[in-house]
Amino acid sequence: MGQENNYILEVKDLHTSFFTDTGEVQAVNGISFNLEAGKTLGIVGESGSGKSVTAYSIMQILAETGRITGGEVRFHGEDITKWNKKQMQKFRGAKCSIIFQDPMTSLNPVFTIGSQLTEAILLHTDNNKKQAKERAIEMLTLVGVNEPESRMKQHPHELSGGMRQRVMIAMALACEPDILIADEPTTALDVTIQAQILELMQDLQKKLGMTIIMVTHDLGVIASMCDEILVMYGGRVCERGTADAIFYHPAHEYTKGLLRSIPKADNMNEKLIPIGGTPINLLQMPEGCAFCPRCDAAMKICLKEKPQEFRVGETHIASCWMNIKELYEAQEGERV
Amino acid sequence: MSENEKYLLKVEHLKQYFPVRRGFKTIPLKAVDDISFSVKPGETLGLVGESGCGKTTVGRTLLRLYQPTAGRIVFDGDVLFDSGEQYDENGKVVLGADGKPVIGNKVDVNMLPYRKQMQMVFQDPYSSLNPRMTVEDIIGEPLDVHKLYRSRDERREKILGLMELVGLNAEHAMRYAHEFSGGQRQRIGIARALAVNPKFIVCDEPVSALDVSIQAQVVNMFEELQEKLGVAYLFIAHDLLVVHHISDRIAVMYLGKMMELADADELNENPIHPYTLSLLSAVPIPDPETARKSKRIVLEGDVPSPLNMPTGCPFRTRCRYATEQCAKEMPQLTDRGNGHFVACFNK
Repeated sequence: MGQENNYILEVKDLHTSFFTDTGEVQAVNGISFNLEAGKTLGIVGESGSGKSVTAYSIMQILAETGRITGGEVRFHGEDITKWNKKQMQKFRGAKCSIIFQDPMTSLNPVFTIGSQLTEAILLHTDNNKKQAKERAIEMLTLVGVNEPESRMKQHPHELSGGMRQRVMIAMALACEPDILIADEPTTALDVTIQAQILELMQDLQKKLGMTIIMVTHDLGVIASMCDEILVMYGGRVCERGTADAIFYHPAHEYTKGLLRSIPKADNMNEKLIPIGGTPINLLQMPEGCAFCPRCDAAMKICLKEKPQEFRVGETHIASCWMNIKELYEAQEGERV
Repeated sequence: MSENEKYLLKVEHLKQYFPVRRGFKTIPLKAVDDISFSVKPGETLGLVGESGCGKTTVGRTLLRLYQPTAGRIVFDGDVLFDSGEQYDENGKVVLGADGKPVIGNKVDVNMLPYRKQMQMVFQDPYSSLNPRMTVEDIIGEPLDVHKLYRSRDERREKILGLMELVGLNAEHAMRYAHEFSGGQRQRIGIARALAVNPKFIVCDEPVSALDVSIQAQVVNMFEELQEKLGVAYLFIAHDLLVVHHISDRIAVMYLGKMMELADADELNENPIHPYTLSLLSAVPIPDPETARKSKRIVLEGDVPSPLNMPTGCPFRTRCRYATEQCAKEMPQLTDRGNGHFVACFNK
């Protein structure tokens, strides 16, 4: 990882905590990844795994109680966690923008679509009002909103969920950001509308050459969209690698379990193999591996020590002791 | 569909309209419009469709949580509801000499005794459990209503048995719902439905609010309970992969109408209706290889408003094969062999 690389975004050992009445919650606990320009990175995990908080930390739009407590987020080599408010404001929207999960609540209900769209454009570009309006209409056409002129005067409640999500995408893309973060962009939508939105995002990526970070819990969406995948559990990265590596050669017990537990074409008439137990409570993190309490293959070392990163392929990294199981067993003898 | 086969539940020409006020006028919102299907004992019928297509309304109307607008519901040989209209072989209402539909026997039974046989599991495990009641009382409530015990001890014994059945720790009987995780709450909801030993359960999106890793646990439990107790499910969900996995047969709905009904594997391998085709192709497959190869059939536009339904087939506004005939009349569900029913003129 030298300085002369074409990574657009480098995240190094990122820590984010929320300081609540019951104590410090380490929502993101040492996350690292690099992202090449023009690629799509998928972050998967269940609720509470820290995938959204990772995205919010990059944008620095955490809730009041949340704070980045360590690590670096480098954008074109510059550490943006050290930037001040003004620099961040320029970064957000112009360089990196975000689409939120719920298109029903992320638009302001009392302003028209037009005023919300032009606000973003006026803020980040030198365009005057007229140019901004033209740009907004251009963006709405680009994302496939029909009759963009009349839509500009409508309020969010007059639009369907799919249309609202398109407006959100138009808003996010209006200033041609380098990075688009999509936080569960299709979870609230029906499958047919989801297909439209995913198709649209892929099209726009080809046209504009954006880098996309896709945050989702849906392995299907990940499989069809992403080049690289980051699997998260309990605020830590379990595994990261190319889509093919993760789906066909998973090297972490959590990833394996996750893939076993979803219905697929080849297990329709068999029983699903669920992951036992319940999702982790971030206030009571175990000493060793976060997934250990639910892991069938857990060994003694998993209870005691946080697994280090093992390189299982050229670009494939997994944090699971199972990767040195033989070695470990030879040393220690029995399993738990 | 041979008439000799034994059905647990048979629904014929079910309609459920809701009055909606628009200014001075009251117009009907046709949530469910002329739907017929049946459920065999011990089978799972999956019901899929986009939000707003009326799948939840079907489930609730079956259980008579709503008063049906028209149609006939037969459960286990007993007619629960019949609005009295007669239908000919083509599915048209039989009209009398005065041009009005002939009305036969009307039936509208008291549902209380039937609630012991038909139950429901709700979508949201957070809002469907009373936060002021302990788990013991939540599961015990149906037993109280139907007076299914002779002594306090018997009640407690039954409740603990049910908790064990759905995989809950019996020591937690005195806890409140908020002390449980989503998956465990859904188990409480299922135990409550099973308390009266029903033959039929409507499961309204029971796993969609759960995390991926927990979903499989609950899906497996539904399957195991069916094997053990022989209960039949109407499994309503929008996740087609989960529905395919759990169901014996699947029905596809669009805007209050049934488009296709077939065996689960048959429907997935051999879909006929253009809507089913695009619905299935829109499902993201969790496999990068297949995802790269497959082509999504992207539907144009949105679902029309059910207040302003297209004439004829409701899907024609988004259908590639739509013809003039589609605008004139709604195609009937016809058998294309092996119990594969499709409502389409052109396919």
